Amino acid sequence: MELLAFGDTGWGDELFRATLMTIAVSITAMVIGFVFAAIFTPLKLSKYKFLNFIGNTYTTVIRGVPELLVIYLFFFGGSGAIMFVASIFGYNEYIEINAFVTGSFAIGIISGAYSTEVFRGAIQSIDKGQFEAAKVLGFSKFKQLYKIILPQMLRLAIPNLSNVWQITLKDTSLISVTGLVEIMRQSYIAAGSTRDPLFFYSFAAVLYLLLTFLSMKLINRLEIKYSRGY
Amino acid sequence: MDFDLMINSFPKLLNATIVTLKLLSVSLIIGLFIGLFFAVLRLNKNIFINKFAYGYSYIFRGTPLLVQIFIIYFGLGQIESVRSSFLWVVLKEPYWCAIIAFALNTGAYTSEILRSAFQTIKPGIIEAGKSLGISKKEIFYKIQIPIAIRQSLPAYGNEIILMLKGTSLASTVTLMDLTGVAKYIISTTFKPIEVFIVAGGIYLFITFLIHNLIGFLEKKYNY
Repeated sequence: MELLAFGDTGWGDELFRATLMTIAVSITAMVIGFVFAAIFTPLKLSKYKFLNFIGNTYTTVIRGVPELLVIYLFFFGGSGAIMFVASIFGYNEYIEINAFVTGSFAIGIISGAYSTEVFRGAIQSIDKGQFEAAKVLGFSKFKQLYKIILPQMLRLAIPNLSNVWQITLKDTSLISVTGLVEIMRQSYIAAGSTRDPLFFYSFAAVLYLLLTFLSMKLINRLEIKYSRGY
Repeated sequence: MDFDLMINSFPKLLNATIVTLKLLSVSLIIGLFIGLFFAVLRLNKNIFINKFAYGYSYIFRGTPLLVQIFIIYFGLGQIESVRSSFLWVVLKEPYWCAIIAFALNTGAYTSEILRSAFQTIKPGIIEAGKSLGISKKEIFYKIQIPIAIRQSLPAYGNEIILMLKGTSLASTVTLMDLTGVAKYIISTTFKPIEVFIVAGGIYLFITFLIHNLIGFLEKKYNY
């Protein structure tokens, strides 16, 4: 137990900060994922074959390739890509992006592919009559989306989004390979300096279980809130 | 785009694919038995057995696969009694540690898939078997299991693909699988995009094959 003491003698405060980091990366990645989903869901549902193709390529490639490979792509290629864009604007210095940005972007793109599938499924399972009724009532396209489609879609999407959240939370453990100090990385450091890997990795497992358990409780509440009236 | 690098790295990556496929197939076979075992335990009426099986699947589904591999590879070797026992022959090899972790992980997911498949079997089918005088054991092996396997094919197909992606974590315990070799080539050449296209393409191709195989099996065993 003294291994977990707060302060200089133990690893308690370090692991606590690492847990906050895991939560921060997961939330950032989830939000980035929503931005991607907001772009690619309409593409997947579009009438135009070409836009469909772009949307499908995104979800198929990201969901078919290991997460670790995507993270390596961003870790090794991220700053190169940014520097390339910057050089177009005439900036030629070396740019290094930090591990948090690379990590949450990589995980965000992965989580976005899963969110896209969830939103697509939810929109497709909304009754066709709802779209028609909205049109007949003379709602503008924008209002149709925000007042009628989105609220209904959210209710249908929340149970599946909670799965996406669980996947995202667990995927953040992979960013430890880039050196970002989250639960996994901190356990690795602690295990290395105390030579007690069994304890620290088991403790990491407990932390992840705690996070998944608490977030399930929270999401269940949301689910109840959004299914009012059904 | 460095096409020469893509062509040169292709045979190396293809060689590494064999390691990936080996890891995948061995852990899937072991995982299937673990999954079946725990699915049967989940159907048991005894609360303790039931809770034990639920706890197993909850823990393995609630923690990242990376943690599981690290506990088995780095953690277990720390225990003195493990190191002096016959288990050490297996546990000192990263290859077997990875397989144990993958098998236990996929076993947890498989047990959930099979359990829900068992539960969707209509009770009338089992009653029909009983009234025909078939023994309980035979009902389980000849009626329940075949139906459950057919029911769980689509979900199990997804699990195979998830496991294929999971095998990439073997590279974190020094195994040179497809992702491990890809990372090695990236870190020596600093051409991440080219290598990603080739390695990702191989993964997508395997995913495509698995998807079609499952689709074929689903059609074949349709009723």
